[in-house]
Amino acid sequence: MDFAPVIEHIDFYWQGLFTTVQLVLASLVLGLMFAIPLALMRGSQHAYLRFPAWFYIYIMRGTPLLVQLYIIYYGLGQIESIKTSFLWVFFKEAYWCALLAFTLNTAAYTAEILRGAIDTTPKGELEAAKAFGMSQSKIIRRILLPSAFRRALPAYSNEVIFLLHGSAVAGVITLVDITGAARIVNARFYNPFEAFIVAALFYMALTFIFIWLFRRLEKRYLSHLQKPSQ
Amino acid sequence: MFNLEGYLPTILEGSLVTLQIALLSLLLALVLGILGALGKLSRNIVARKSAELYTTLIRSVPDLILMLLIYFGGQVIVNDLAYKLGYDDYIEISPFAAGVITIGFIFGAYLTETFRGGILAVPQGQLEAGRAFGMSPIKVFRRILFPQMMRHALPGLTNNWLVLLKTTALVSIIGLDDLVRKANMAAGVTQKPFTFYLLVGVIFLLFTSVSTLLLKRLEDHYNPERRGH
Repeated sequence: MDFAPVIEHIDFYWQGLFTTVQLVLASLVLGLMFAIPLALMRGSQHAYLRFPAWFYIYIMRGTPLLVQLYIIYYGLGQIESIKTSFLWVFFKEAYWCALLAFTLNTAAYTAEILRGAIDTTPKGELEAAKAFGMSQSKIIRRILLPSAFRRALPAYSNEVIFLLHGSAVAGVITLVDITGAARIVNARFYNPFEAFIVAALFYMALTFIFIWLFRRLEKRYLSHLQKPSQ
Repeated sequence: MFNLEGYLPTILEGSLVTLQIALLSLLLALVLGILGALGKLSRNIVARKSAELYTTLIRSVPDLILMLLIYFGGQVIVNDLAYKLGYDDYIEISPFAAGVITIGFIFGAYLTETFRGGILAVPQGQLEAGRAFGMSPIKVFRRILFPQMMRHALPGLTNNWLVLLKTTALVSIIGLDDLVRKANMAAGVTQKPFTFYLLVGVIFLLFTSVSTLLLKRLEDHYNPERRGH
């Protein structure tokens, strides 16, 4: 086993790391912003709000991320009206397509997690808010969402890791993320074992950092729900 | 736009390959998962530590990287080894085997956690009673542990199966002629990527929907209280 070529080209991996982290963080933030209205719609009493949200989540969770990415990156070019519109500036770039695919995908999973957390909101909290004279939107903003966010944290940390690992498919549509970097190194030196082992180590390090961050967040925001230690 | 130009049979052929990979790797994952869970709960420290290492390592690396590592890396290692043993021909690992082994290996790690929870949910006293009754360890496993463990593990198993099914899409990247790769080819020839990838999405949705329905039934089967409702 010879790691010299990989170490010599470690800059590829740093660049890949930057792209991976950037893509994942951006799609997490955008996905969360999209997931909040989606989760509220999903739990609405009105069928015309509930059904589209359910349908969207159902489709996104029922199909592979790779296929979603292909539909956006390769597929949209087939549609003439998109190809001739200003949107094409975005859709011809692999980066924006990956960002869009990851955002739409994580939004669906996050919405489902949030809905679960919203469903388990203690009734008393909402009644207290109502008795206090808060409007519906104020209740959502001040009581429902903050308390749901806390309870959603453990499940959300799983989703973050899934998205991090899922983002490896970006390397398939020509982007130089960590996987893309490993593929370039492997194509140049034909040293698949070393090239992908190093990529695995990069992902592993990222995974542990994310897990550690969420542990800290949970400790801070969930300590009131933890069992007191003996 | 929705004219498939005669590629429907090709796509259906690919769907069959996808199903084969998914089912075979599920089988491997089930075996590894049960072994892993027994290892994690074993009193033997080596078994416990190796099961722990297995689940931690596998779950911290993306499945695509593991697949590329096993397929391309495995190829190099097998050939190096064969060469050292005096074997000159080039040995090719089939992408099918690499795909099944990788996916089975990955989901074995996830199922280890699922089964561990399932085993812990079976009251210890029942296993002791079985042993006191003179049952062999295998019989205790088959008659007492397994049926009850399944009941607790099934929701987790359902979830993992759905994720596994979607993960099989990645085997197209290592050149296996599954549903996605057949669509790649059809899209390339007809210049209709949207049509074909959309079709692939619909087929996957069909697979996941049917699975959900069937597994619901199985859950009811292992959950006598829910039967007939």
